[in-house]
Amino acid sequence: MAMPLESPITFSNVGKIRWWQRGIFASQTGYVLLALAVLLVIMHFASPYFFTQGNMQNVAKNFSFIAIATLGVTFVIITGGIDLSVGSMMCFSAMIASMVMTELSAPGSPLVHMAADGKTVLANVPGLILLVSILAGLGVALIAGLVNGFCIAVLGLSPFVTTLGMLSIVRGLGYVVSNGRGSFPGGPDADYFYALTSGDVLGVPVPFIYLVVLALTMAVVLHHTSFGRHVFALGGNEKAAELTGIPVVRVKIEVYVICALAAGLQGIIISGWLGSAPANMATSYELNVIAAAVIGGANLAGGIGGPLGAIVGCVLLEVIRNGLVLAQVSSYWQQTLVGVIIILAVLVDRIRSRMI
Amino acid sequence: MTKADATPVLELTGIGKEFGAIRALHDVDMQVFPGEVVGLMGDNGAGKSTLVKIIAGNFRPSHGEIRFAGSAVHFNRPVDARAVGIEVVYQDLALADNLTAAANVFLGRELKRRFGPIALLDHKAMAARALELFGELRSETRPDDLVKQMSGGQRQAVAIARTRLSNARLVMMDEPTAAISVRQVEQVLGLIHRLKEQGVAVMLISHRMPDVFAVCDRVVVMRRGEKRADKPIHQTSPEEVTALITGAKEAA
Repeated sequence: MAMPLESPITFSNVGKIRWWQRGIFASQTGYVLLALAVLLVIMHFASPYFFTQGNMQNVAKNFSFIAIATLGVTFVIITGGIDLSVGSMMCFSAMIASMVMTELSAPGSPLVHMAADGKTVLANVPGLILLVSILAGLGVALIAGLVNGFCIAVLGLSPFVTTLGMLSIVRGLGYVVSNGRGSFPGGPDADYFYALTSGDVLGVPVPFIYLVVLALTMAVVLHHTSFGRHVFALGGNEKAAELTGIPVVRVKIEVYVICALAAGLQGIIISGWLGSAPANMATSYELNVIAAAVIGGANLAGGIGGPLGAIVGCVLLEVIRNGLVLAQVSSYWQQTLVGVIIILAVLVDRIRSRMI
Repeated sequence: MTKADATPVLELTGIGKEFGAIRALHDVDMQVFPGEVVGLMGDNGAGKSTLVKIIAGNFRPSHGEIRFAGSAVHFNRPVDARAVGIEVVYQDLALADNLTAAANVFLGRELKRRFGPIALLDHKAMAARALELFGELRSETRPDDLVKQMSGGQRQAVAIARTRLSNARLVMMDEPTAAISVRQVEQVLGLIHRLKEQGVAVMLISHRMPDVFAVCDRVVVMRRGEKRADKPIHQTSPEEVTALITGAKEAA
């Protein structure tokens, strides 16, 4: 149905948006990144230990411990939703993974068949126990994510209430299955498990490598696939998304599943670093995760956010924490400062959008 | 326009709709032919929007039958109506502010390029096609600009450009000229003429009498959920239509 152009389009009174008024330069992520760079320079002069290799590895590791979950929750926030169950989800997945690992490795366990050599069948294949237990941990996250998504997208419950409920349900289940004691990764594959969760590759902490890979994947998914486009459209105008034929229900369920899986993976990684999955692990981490996402520029009203922002938010939080320790300020100040930064970041964004 | 020998693109027979005890529509018969512009007029609450929503697949009619290009159709969702070739420009335009013009035009039917198992968005092709469509609409709209930074007329152009992507056979426009400047009204009316030349049927839902009389071949007047008039535009006058809308004249 193409019609011939009578004359090429001219832009006589519509100015071109300048490069510094669009994209990252005009986003909260952009100037939080700038603030982070300034902060790094200040830290460099404030403490000679800050830019040492050991401290950098430490910082990279520490922010990776919340950043993967932050990537997940950013998906949900872009659609205009929220997921408060990430902290509990981290704990539950970690706990299930290490319990399954211990259970499958134990010779006396009723769940496993004994092979002729006195080991369990699964233990004769190196890495198989590890694989099964991690899949089990992610499996429970998948189920919780599906329940969240179903309640929100199909039943139409509010995301805040649904995931608040899920926070409590999953935490409670964690106490039920562990009897409140927590669990430890054990058995023949425990060494692989520690290597995969808290090891380094050429001095780079592995959680950081996972983070980078996942963040790049997320960037491609958000900006170069129709799923990503639908996620943004859902956050921008849900009614429009529906009218234009976007499968709104499916996209919503998918983002809650992604978020839960990211939290589950994050929990499993944290448990490798802690060497255990205590029942009170990652309590109230959802607040850190959401704070990091918001500081990095994700808009709780929906429609805006991305992996770079999520990471920048996490790094900023970690650098402040680390900096306060190096500067020998009481670490109790950290929480207060984080709160101030959340409000400042959003305030600056508001002022900037009024100026344009 | 010769109507006798053409199959109507849209044919409604005995359409009725009740919401609980409220009778929103009663026994509406209507035909729209290819290349015809029909003005749908009526006061607030006359049943125009309900009728449009039934044709667009938002509601199912309580009674009656919808035939599209000769065959009976049942729409459960707006997507079903779009699949057969009915496009709607909604009054609130249904745009996502946080996306670019091109992204909005292609929302829900993005162009993709396959790389093995992965399909990635073809940004370049979408921007080029969107620019072409904006050119046809004579709208100074850049495909890469965010919709939130646009004027009312540009937004309108984005919403209309969306209907031009597919081979729509019926385009319904809900108050397309209500919120835009005089110059842009001219552009929208010009577009309606071009759709007509292409054999596309247009249904224009409007309060603006001059616009209806400028482009429509026929005017249908609704009042209290019933069709009160269905006349070729040259056999009626703004005065008569106003009388029909307000009820000063019962039917024509």
